[in-house]
Amino acid sequence: MAAPVLHFVVVGHDDHPIFETDLLSKSTDASGREERPQYLYHFVMHAALDAVEEQEWSTNAMHLGVVDRFNNYQVSAFTTAGHMRFLLLHDGRGDEIVKNFFKDVYELYLRVMLNPFFIPTAKITSPLFQQRVKALARQYFR
Amino acid sequence: MQVSLSAFAYLFSELVQYCQSRVSHIGELERRLEEVGYGVGVRLLEVLCFRERGSRREVRLLDMLKFVHSTLWRYLFGRQARDLEQSNTAEDEYMISDYDLFVIKFVSVPKEMGHLNCAAFVAGVVKGVLDGAGFPARVTAHFVTVKDQPKPKTTILMKFDPSVMQREQRMPAS
Repeated sequence: MAAPVLHFVVVGHDDHPIFETDLLSKSTDASGREERPQYLYHFVMHAALDAVEEQEWSTNAMHLGVVDRFNNYQVSAFTTAGHMRFLLLHDGRGDEIVKNFFKDVYELYLRVMLNPFFIPTAKITSPLFQQRVKALARQYFR
Repeated sequence: MQVSLSAFAYLFSELVQYCQSRVSHIGELERRLEEVGYGVGVRLLEVLCFRERGSRREVRLLDMLKFVHSTLWRYLFGRQARDLEQSNTAEDEYMISDYDLFVIKFVSVPKEMGHLNCAAFVAGVVKGVLDGAGFPARVTAHFVTVKDQPKPKTTILMKFDPSVMQREQRMPAS
């Protein structure tokens, strides 16, 4: 049975990630990540961005659902009004759960970006943000 | 939440003077005001879509313009903008006009500064909203004299990127 996968990325306007985290690892440092194929995740998510761009112009909704598949991985996407993309790489979680997860992360993101010192192209480095995103993941994807 | 107009006017005048001390000519001053407004616009776009629109984004040009004309204007000025029109000479140019914007209510422009328009700040806000939503445009503020009116109206001119017009053409007719 394959190991569960849950990887979350926030992508800015120029297709560069401003935040990423593995939602399954308990610690905040990178020690538990070597076994996981990090570069594969980056590749799959980056490739999914094309599909996201197609979808985001065809609907008024923010939640785009599953936009791309790769082997047994699926990529779900969420586009905010300001065209910041939330991508979740997972192995088949329910769409409603993913949608609610995205909505809650969206509220967290709003608080971060309303900060007048936040630049839209800068990485989100707040440890509190990462903590809260992981807590949401534990709540929704337990 | 209500803020006193005089408090805002004082803050805005300090903002203009701050920018003025760092530029060498009027065009640059207007650009600085636009930059300040831009940061506001980008954030307003996200907040207003979340609060007022129930997390609904606009993907069509006309819907986006209506969003600026009503939702954004109502948030900033308490009412919808007066006019929303498309330019007769260019398909990619649109104008939103209004009278008596409180932002520039107490601004008096000396003759040496010619056509300086501090509503460049508002133009910046609109630019931030449009850019953030994926409708890049050049946005500028102009005074337009109106027949039978003592004061000119303020027009926000938006000239959209060719990429926006191309994308609009590719989309199905709404």
